[in-house]
Amino acid sequence: MNDMRVSESAVGAQDVKISARKVQVFYGENHAIKDVDVEILDRTVTAFIGPSGCGKSTFLRCLNRMNDTIPICRVEGDIMLDGEDIYDRRVDPVQLRAKVGMVFQKPNPFPKSIYDNVAYGPRIHGLTRNKAELDEVVEQSLRRAALWNEVKDRLHAPGTGLSGGQQQRLCIARAVATSPEVLLMDEPCSALDPIATAQVEELIDELRANFSVVIVTHSMQQAARVSQKTAFFHLGNLVEYGETGDIFTRPQDPRTESYISGRIG
Amino acid sequence: MTLPLLLATLLVLALAGFFAGRARAVATAGGDARKLHSVPAYHGWFAALAGLVPAGMALLAWRAVAPGQGTWQGFAVLAVAIVGMILAISATRGETRARNRVEGIVKAGLILCSVIAIATTAGIVLSMLFETGQFFSQYSFTRFYFGTVWQPNFRGDSELGILPLLWGTLYISLIALAVAVPVGLFAAVYMSEYASRRFRGFAKPAIEVLAGIPTIVYGLFALITVGPALRDYFAQPLGLGESASSVMTAGLVMGIMIIPFVSSLSDDIINAVPQSLRDGSLGLGATQSETIRQVVLPAALPGIVGAVLLAASRAIGETMIVVLGAGAAAKLSLNPFEAMTTITVKIVSQLTGDTDFAAPETLVAFALGLTLFVVTLGLNILALIVVRKYREEYE
Amino acid sequence: MTAPRRSLLAPDPRTIARNRAEARFRAYGLGAVGVALVALAVLLLSIFGNGSSAFYQTYLEVPVMLPEKSLDKSGTRDIEVMKKVTTVGYAKVLKTALDEAIEANGIIVEGLGKKDVGNMISDEAAAQLRNMVLADPTLVGQTIAFEMLANGRIDGYYKGRVTRESAALDSNVSPAQLDLADALAEKGLLATRFNLDFITAPDASDQRPEAAGLGVAILGSFYMMIVVLALSLPIGVATAVYLEEFAVKNRFTDVIEVNISNLAAVPSIVFGILGLAIFINFAHLPQSAPIVGGLVLTLMTLPRIIIPARAALKAVPPSIRDAALGVGASRMQSVFHHVLPLAAPGILTGMIIGLAQALGETAPLLLIGMVAFVRDYPGGLFDPATALPVQVYNWTQRADPAFVERASGAIIVLLIFLLIMNTAAIVLRRRFERRW
Repeated sequence: MNDMRVSESAVGAQDVKISARKVQVFYGENHAIKDVDVEILDRTVTAFIGPSGCGKSTFLRCLNRMNDTIPICRVEGDIMLDGEDIYDRRVDPVQLRAKVGMVFQKPNPFPKSIYDNVAYGPRIHGLTRNKAELDEVVEQSLRRAALWNEVKDRLHAPGTGLSGGQQQRLCIARAVATSPEVLLMDEPCSALDPIATAQVEELIDELRANFSVVIVTHSMQQAARVSQKTAFFHLGNLVEYGETGDIFTRPQDPRTESYISGRIG
Repeated sequence: MTLPLLLATLLVLALAGFFAGRARAVATAGGDARKLHSVPAYHGWFAALAGLVPAGMALLAWRAVAPGQGTWQGFAVLAVAIVGMILAISATRGETRARNRVEGIVKAGLILCSVIAIATTAGIVLSMLFETGQFFSQYSFTRFYFGTVWQPNFRGDSELGILPLLWGTLYISLIALAVAVPVGLFAAVYMSEYASRRFRGFAKPAIEVLAGIPTIVYGLFALITVGPALRDYFAQPLGLGESASSVMTAGLVMGIMIIPFVSSLSDDIINAVPQSLRDGSLGLGATQSETIRQVVLPAALPGIVGAVLLAASRAIGETMIVVLGAGAAAKLSLNPFEAMTTITVKIVSQLTGDTDFAAPETLVAFALGLTLFVVTLGLNILALIVVRKYREEYE
Repeated sequence: MTAPRRSLLAPDPRTIARNRAEARFRAYGLGAVGVALVALAVLLLSIFGNGSSAFYQTYLEVPVMLPEKSLDKSGTRDIEVMKKVTTVGYAKVLKTALDEAIEANGIIVEGLGKKDVGNMISDEAAAQLRNMVLADPTLVGQTIAFEMLANGRIDGYYKGRVTRESAALDSNVSPAQLDLADALAEKGLLATRFNLDFITAPDASDQRPEAAGLGVAILGSFYMMIVVLALSLPIGVATAVYLEEFAVKNRFTDVIEVNISNLAAVPSIVFGILGLAIFINFAHLPQSAPIVGGLVLTLMTLPRIIIPARAALKAVPPSIRDAALGVGASRMQSVFHHVLPLAAPGILTGMIIGLAQALGETAPLLLIGMVAFVRDYPGGLFDPATALPVQVYNWTQRADPAFVERASGAIIVLLIFLLIMNTAAIVLRRRFERRW
């Protein structure tokens, strides 16, 4: 626990990117998320922590309507992206997800070449006008994901042939390539070894310059290392939300304190 | 001594042997069954089997050498059974491992049963190889495989070229696949990716009913419904032909028949594509159809290819639909509304009715059968390899 | 890369186009399912539409006087003597009876030809009457109520197959006969009723579609299924048990496994060739016999039984085997006392489905002579017989269009058998399905 250093990067006065009000999520009869209010800032890394099954991943998947793919799932309350309700009937989840990208727990590169993996988003959304532009987007995204140097000579090799850490960075590059405004990451390092984890964490910190990043993690150290804001979930409730430094040093709620000190989990 | 009588006598003997063996075992243990290595029933079973197995072998051997039945044969077999049982019973001791012996015999029986599968394949290959060899001693190999005319003539001097039959077979199978692959694949995609549970619960079994309907039913359907309809509404108005039985008739109906093969295999394969790939694509803002076309189907492609190969092998070997729907004229034509014929149709026509197993016109059916067997076997093995490789990829 | 920010609430043209593509794709999928379901519906409707009338048959019901003068001249009622009177003699009796009935009811129809009245009676009716009289000679001299099968064309008239227009062009039936039939029906002398004979009677010749039945075919199929069941159940289970429970993974068992999965996909006609070469030409078993058909179908069905049987055995959790072994049972005892009974429902389900497939199989049976014309009920496994699906094929090869109805009717019977078997399999699976 000696690695509990809090990220020193300052949190300035930033715009609110996503604001959630009284969000409820039901899985059939199960009330999975209860009354969650949260404001996620632009150009900030926000971490969701909490014991497994607390609803942090479920809430994350509400932010780009990935829960729509589960038939029994129902979401109530308001989630605004730049002041627009993303659950409005007029909103097309396809357009929304182009703005709110997602990286998953397990690296899931498509069974295509590295190039085609990264080019997938720009192609389906029609973001580039020609091959040269697409090449540039691919290179830029791979550079942002800190993968360019490792794969630039084998862009047409299958993405599934990379190592675990490289695969996850490829998935991040793939998400970055659609130039989203928010990047959701669902335990992006849980399937990675410590070295790969360190690389991805470093990357997350760099991504903050351009995106609002929301990361779900089961590791408190990771939350402390990469995030500026932290939200603690417990049994479907958002228990505490604040500056990462405050949450880890001066938790207000006894449940937060128990979790951070390892008594519940 | 008739066979049923002999078998009945053997069974009675075996029953006697069972009780004798059991009694003997208990007696050698001084009436205390706990002292035996195996429970008494196993000793009884061993005695009975010691009679039955050699007697059965003797009977089979005798029949193989000299077919028919006779008094001597019956008595000899019974004698073998009695000697076997007496030897077994007299050797029974308390410590005799009767259970292990019985289990050994049973296991040998199990192995024998599983060898039947190999024997069947061997039987198929050998029986066809032998007759095919006879055929090729009367008719030249190259004339058969490269001949473009099929004109059997039972007075001799026939033209027996396989190419028109092969062409008919492939043409019909191609049409069948052109129907079944898109329909089956789209149906599988819809059922696994879009359909609600209720719809799937109704439609999936309904489509699978198509696979359970005997092929003769499809044949009749082709003959009385599809053939006349195609002739009246397509072939005649378009001036393409006058025949109800045609490549198109057989192909369409066969296509319907193999829809469920394509759809249920593809359904399994599509379901085996990990959900994480779909999530990855949807999370990037792809629509469901973009996800299916660009991620799910490419990932499932090897498996789908395997399914299509299996369906193709099915189509090539199908008999009743083409017998009733395709016609009997061997032709090399491109017009799908013309009657053509296939390998399977000609196997049936050459082997039914008056057959003379010395004439090449009859023997050719075996060469056709062997060709068919080799082609379908090749397709099946290829499909198995493709599917197996694909499975390994996701396990 | 830096496109101007767009509102989420207003979809851009590209997204609209993409959503249209999505809807199209979805419609293709639904369309494909629809095509398959429509094909199934058309198939079944066509068969039932053509075949359901086979279960009804038109009969002429007139009192028949059986004169001793022509049927038993000697007056002794000696069967051997009476057998000398052929069906021709009985046909005359029937025609006379019909003529008298027409006269008695005052029916007058214009344009009837000389033979038209007699031709309305099926040739089979005379044979039936002859059999009836020979079975009970005391009937001679009496007037009995006898239901004569009407000719196939007359029957077809009441089933919509024959019309006045078609009759005018047909040498086998005239419009005047149809008028007469209508007049007879009006007087209650001609009626269409349920036809049990279709299921029980043997096949009939090319000219008598009205008399053709499925009796021999059903019996033949039944005998074959007995053979298939008796052979493939024990052999199939034994093979599955060996491969699943005892076989060590080696070259030999690998060969067996690959073999079995390949045999399951070998075209059925190849099994017919095998049967012809081995069972008939080599072992000299009789042609057309249910035993040969049964053996061929057994070889074909075996792999289709072994595969589900293995799956059923595999589904029994290893803990059951461990439990039996743990109390000192041998491997063999644990399998036969515990694993096999637990897997039995699954094995039986596979068996029933395999039997159903075997019941509908046609092609291999054509090659072993089951296409022969058989009118005698088979008394055992070695007697000539036909089979249900082969009977269908047989009838499709006949010229008279009335046989289309017969063939479709036979398929209905076949499908009913299959439905019963598959329902039994589903019920068995539902009832005994066990989740571990």
